[in-house]
Amino acid sequence: MTAPAPAVPGTGALRETGKLFALAGAVLSGMFKRPFQVRELIEQFWFIASVTILPTALVSIPFGAVIALQVGSLTQQLGAQSFTGAASVLAVIQQASPLIVALLISGAGGSAICADIGSRKIREEIDAMTVMGVSPIQRLIVPRVLACMGVAVLLNGLVSVVGVAGGYFFNVIMQDGTPGAYLASFSALAQLPDLYISEIKALIFGFIAGVVAAHRGLNPRGGPKGVGDAVNQSVVIAFLLLFFVNLVLTAIYLQVVPPKGS
Amino acid sequence: MGVEVVVEGLSKSFGQQQIWQDVTLTLPAGEVSVMLGPSGTGKTVFLKSLIGLIKPERGRVLINGVDMVNSPERRINEIRKMFGVMFQDGALFGSLNLFENVAFPLREHTKKKEHEIRRIVLEKMEMVGLAGAEDKLPGEISGGMRKRAGLARALVLDPEIILCDEPDSGLDPVRTAYLSQLLIDLNAQIDATMLIVTHNIDIASKVPDNMGMLFRRNLVMFGPREMLLTSEEPVVAQFLRGRRRGPIGMSEEKDAATLAAEAASPLPGDEDDEPFRIPRQLRPSPGMPPRKAVARRRERVLSMLHTLPPQAQQAVLESLKYDAGLPAGAPAGQAGQAAAPPQGAQQPQIVPPPGGPLPPQGMQPPGGPAGPAAGGPR
Repeated sequence: MTAPAPAVPGTGALRETGKLFALAGAVLSGMFKRPFQVRELIEQFWFIASVTILPTALVSIPFGAVIALQVGSLTQQLGAQSFTGAASVLAVIQQASPLIVALLISGAGGSAICADIGSRKIREEIDAMTVMGVSPIQRLIVPRVLACMGVAVLLNGLVSVVGVAGGYFFNVIMQDGTPGAYLASFSALAQLPDLYISEIKALIFGFIAGVVAAHRGLNPRGGPKGVGDAVNQSVVIAFLLLFFVNLVLTAIYLQVVPPKGS
Repeated sequence: MGVEVVVEGLSKSFGQQQIWQDVTLTLPAGEVSVMLGPSGTGKTVFLKSLIGLIKPERGRVLINGVDMVNSPERRINEIRKMFGVMFQDGALFGSLNLFENVAFPLREHTKKKEHEIRRIVLEKMEMVGLAGAEDKLPGEISGGMRKRAGLARALVLDPEIILCDEPDSGLDPVRTAYLSQLLIDLNAQIDATMLIVTHNIDIASKVPDNMGMLFRRNLVMFGPREMLLTSEEPVVAQFLRGRRRGPIGMSEEKDAATLAAEAASPLPGDEDDEPFRIPRQLRPSPGMPPRKAVARRRERVLSMLHTLPPQAQQAVLESLKYDAGLPAGAPAGQAGQAAAPPQGAQQPQIVPPPGGPLPPQGMQPPGGPAGPAAGGPR
């Protein structure tokens, strides 16, 4: 579609944003409609999990280590070594883990979803499905988005554990930290709501990654080249949105939940 | 029996580019109609507008009283179950084999038992000549097979309206002829309203009861096949003969200056200017029930006969006389019926070679270029 000539700059972006939100709404309402595509959900869940588990675990070890090393050296300078564990756990659980999960879900799972939906769109499969009176959103997109969300939540648990373990290893072995103090400080600063927000973030990020991938896949511009571009865009847009939403969620969380000990 | 599709004042544009405007026509119930048009005149867009896949800015498409343009999605989806659509490339689901593809609408919309699904699917696949290919994936078969599988899938819910998007593209002439026959047989069997979008003259002249043509962002005309086949309208005449001379140019349309120059210069030797010979319309194969649409169409066309141009009137009467000459009730006389269709099928084949005006025209090209070539040196 060519943009109308008298268009105000930016209306195109606004229109796309509107479509994205409309799709998100349709997906949300589609989640509660029968018939539910259990089979498709399981297939997609397995697919996304299989392409993300290994890379996520491999990324989270060095990431936990870097945070532990950085925080460890900082706390040492400040003379607060006893809080090293708490600080690195907070950083890993609240920030690093949901983001790593989201980036990998979007990069590995989302790009595959986008390419799949996009090629179905240009082969007119989506149109054919619509014409048969079957909603492609209900049938194809809802299971994929749900799979993204589910895998994100579960992977988030994995990354948290691996990240914290990696941090522990590097702090205790490399920086000669005290194992007892590292573990004991967990509960000094960290609290249960930190874990909750981490899982909530993962859930929301999974949703965003799935919806953005589906949206770009449903609107490729002209031909196979368009699908390639759409995959590219979906990953970039998802990344931008993820970091922005992360900022908003973190700000709200810090305002709403009082830090422990204050 | 199929249902009537009423299109009123439909206009569609993409951005500033107007695709077509103010298209008004009625697809009569149970009849076969063809929408012609040069490439890029929005035939596929028109077809997609009928099913509500593309939303035109203005106008209505009424099917059973439901407007496919402006109604809520829920009502449109109900009406869509009456449709069978054959997309240009078949639009099969790449991840499912042919059997599952054809069975898809049944599994989605009916609660039939597995053996019943199997029976229906195999029957439809047999119908389009794909028996034995059930386990193949769409990626493993030829374009023609994909098309036929797409047709089988469109037929599986016994639709009341069948839309075919370029059934001939990518098919050889023989397969196209078989497909044409298949479409007519289908119409005889299920009496569905059919719309075929194509630019294949062979299909357009032999299959439909009604024809329409899109050009220059407008519906040029829509009416009984005789009306278009005898039309003197330059666009229609040019298109049916596949000539270069006329308003249709390579890119889109010719400008006034080119047209004037063309009119002034003599006809190129390799292009004839004979009246278009109307081939007989295809009849259902032997063993098929007679088409119920034929009788309804006769009534309808006779009632509107006085509104048609004289040549069209003559052509209508001639074809009606021809129809009357054949045994009308197919099941009545087995022998007569067996004899009649071959005659009907042979007629178009035999007529062109010995038929008076055509061969001399066909002979002319060798002589034509010779003339100017000889004239050049002089």
